[in-house]
Amino acid sequence: MTASNRMIKFAAHALLLAGACAMILPFVWMVLTSLKTVSESTSMNPFVFFPADFQWVNYAKVLRQNDFLQLYWNTFAMMALRVFCSLLFSAMAAYAFARLKFPGRDFFFGLVLFQMMVPTQIFIIPQYLMVDAMGMRNTIFALLFPGLVSAFGTFLLRQFFMGLPKELEEAAKLDGCNIGQTFVRVMLPLARSGLVALGIFTALFAYKDLMWPMIVNTNADAATLSSALAKIQGAYSVHYPELMSASILAIWPMLLIYIAFQKQFIEGIATSGGKL
Amino acid sequence: MKKNWNEWSWGWFLIAPTIIGLMVLNIIPIMQSLYLSFFKSGDFGRGNVYVGAGNYERMLADSQVMHAVGNTLLYTILVVPVSIAIAMVVAVLLNGKLGGKTVYRTIYFIPMVAAPAAVTMVWRWLYNTQFGLINYMLNQVGLPSVDWTNNPKVAMLAIAIIGIWSVIGYNMVLFLAGLQEIPKDFYEASDIDGASKFRQFFVITLPLVSPTMFFVLVTSIIQAMQVFDVIYMMIDVTNPAYDRTVSLVYLFYNNSFKYSDKGYGSAIVMLLLAIILIITVFQTRAQKKWVNYM
Repeated sequence: MTASNRMIKFAAHALLLAGACAMILPFVWMVLTSLKTVSESTSMNPFVFFPADFQWVNYAKVLRQNDFLQLYWNTFAMMALRVFCSLLFSAMAAYAFARLKFPGRDFFFGLVLFQMMVPTQIFIIPQYLMVDAMGMRNTIFALLFPGLVSAFGTFLLRQFFMGLPKELEEAAKLDGCNIGQTFVRVMLPLARSGLVALGIFTALFAYKDLMWPMIVNTNADAATLSSALAKIQGAYSVHYPELMSASILAIWPMLLIYIAFQKQFIEGIATSGGKL
Repeated sequence: MKKNWNEWSWGWFLIAPTIIGLMVLNIIPIMQSLYLSFFKSGDFGRGNVYVGAGNYERMLADSQVMHAVGNTLLYTILVVPVSIAIAMVVAVLLNGKLGGKTVYRTIYFIPMVAAPAAVTMVWRWLYNTQFGLINYMLNQVGLPSVDWTNNPKVAMLAIAIIGIWSVIGYNMVLFLAGLQEIPKDFYEASDIDGASKFRQFFVITLPLVSPTMFFVLVTSIIQAMQVFDVIYMMIDVTNPAYDRTVSLVYLFYNNSFKYSDKGYGSAIVMLLLAIILIITVFQTRAQKKWVNYM
């Protein structure tokens, strides 16, 4: 390796390392602050980087004042139901759009594309009025509601189905499978990586959503992790160690899942995000 | 089309849930939002009064709406080019033969998997005027403290930094996927010609990754135009920087759900729709000038 090549490599690492520190630093600071006393967190002279004793009591206090088990459940239930519905309905529609010929197909697919071009806020007031009229505010169903079907998922999986070879379906047809059987037994298993990608994408954005849960589930015990944090910030105002404890309690499950399945995450986002 | 009732009925059956859902959840709501934008909402949702173009007239005269348009565009102009440029550089570096590639990739993507509400809280704490880590570090190198979250002149910059930080990993992943599709022989051929790495970047990489670039640009702009979470978590209505930071979606939220004027909120969201459509049409036109499809 030449000297100039080594220099370039060194510079690349230096640059990437600096960037990586900037990405991590807020999380490190979150953890450190969450374990400090209030006076440690606001001490400027000397500035305190590491807490003298880990103040786990901050977490205990946040957990006592907020029902995090309920929040985890609400968030998990919303994510799971949104993933289930979007995968099921999108896969069905996507297969029909990709492979079957029927009157109205292009028109209906046009509706799917149209939905994807419109900013989502335009749906929110009417969706809220519907949930309200059904008397379903402050329920898990309300959290699921906008994610019952997914135009984006339909579009994504249609791309996927179109990329699969046709021979297998023809073989299934010769074996006497009807269209439904071909879809379930042959096509769905082949689309597995597309389904995984859509599932990760749906779960992640459901978890991050703030406005909808804040609007539709105003009761503390019906909130999601995101919308509960918005409330907690108002309640604790300047008690930063406790605010940081609450933040950590809200982000650790997703971080852990991400670290464990990072390959699937990144590939899922690359395939689904790339088609958005 | 030959009549094939079996295939037709399967097709209709399979798309039925999605199409019914889309009609109820999306298509009809678009019309409802448009309809609502011609009404003034009475108290407690009762007594909607038809006001014709009243909400739109009020909106065009409302300095806060005009501020919000400016703020939203400013946020977009600050976040989109910088985040795309940084993500591109990171992706190109990671696309080479470098040790620890996957570790870097994992780290840069982390902000993407954290809830914006949590992330903004810690940034707010980092930005804290008296006790924040950022001001402490500025002071250490002899610079004065900055009132990041309350000074109307810098608050938008502080918000944009969070926006850039959050989205770099996402764009990087998309660019990496685009870069991997460039055939390796292009680089080998130009290596033989003795082209430098920098020249290769501008002559090979950039033109060939331009379809991905176009896609990322369009989606980033649309995302940025809908900014809400970070500003909502950082700037409350009483903040002196509110007028200089409130975005269109934040204003939509406040009017629709805080002040319960859903008619006015609907008018604001129609304005957002119009702005996004104009930008998208403009981009699609400009696309022909700089995007190379292989």
